[in-house]
Amino acid sequence: MQTQPNLDTAFAALSDPIRRAILARLTESEATVMELAEPFAVTQPAISRHLKVLEGAGLILRRVEGTRRPCRLSEAGIEAIDQWLSMLRKALAANYNRLDQVLAEMKPEKGRKTR
Amino acid sequence: MSKLTIETEGDRYVVVRRRFAASPEAVYRAHTEPELIQKWLLGPEGWTMPVCINEARPKGQIRYEWTNEKGGGFYLTGEYIELQPFSRIVHVERMFLPDPTPDNLVETRFEADGDGTWMTMRMTLPDAETRKVMLASGMEHGMEASYVRLETFLI
Repeated sequence: MQTQPNLDTAFAALSDPIRRAILARLTESEATVMELAEPFAVTQPAISRHLKVLEGAGLILRRVEGTRRPCRLSEAGIEAIDQWLSMLRKALAANYNRLDQVLAEMKPEKGRKTR
Repeated sequence: MSKLTIETEGDRYVVVRRRFAASPEAVYRAHTEPELIQKWLLGPEGWTMPVCINEARPKGQIRYEWTNEKGGGFYLTGEYIELQPFSRIVHVERMFLPDPTPDNLVETRFEADGDGTWMTMRMTLPDAETRKVMLASGMEHGMEASYVRLETFLI
């Protein structure tokens, strides 16, 4: 079982809408394959394949409980992606807030030119 | 209120969207005129861009050099591929940290929206190694743990 999140496989795992929906569902609580399959018009084996991808990407963890293997979110996997996106967001937010100022200053200048 | 959205598109792209209260022409000029770029394209607090070369024409060169008061510095080079004033820019860029990162193909679109502009920037997702280097250089400048909520890319 992979415990170290790999960002490339994590992004690949996130490219599928059903897998994103599964992750969204798991933010609420732990769930079994049957519970996860319920809202989708796909078979349980199909859901199992999606879960395998998410598990391989280090985004979810599964535990054994009798014959059930409930899934939950892996904090480490989510955080690795979060960290990079958060750095990007911070740099871009700072840039664009400054750009707002630049654009505000451009307006009177333009007005003078065109009169 | 967060005006900035960042989403991953498939496993290859990152799409950034932001609205500005200015015309597409003004936003486009702020992306292509050196004296304007030097005022805002600075990343984290504390950095300046003493060198800014931006030849806004096909095959035109781009070179940005940043420095901070602690003597740190890095630079970026690039080339323009396509420009449609004032609606679309396609260029390729790479950062030197100090080794060059893989080429990043960036498409930037500006669309009029009332008296403002929606900007959509679609860039290639850097590989794991590049992200690691970028993160390391970001950490150095006191990156705080701002948590991007999972929902932002689950939507």
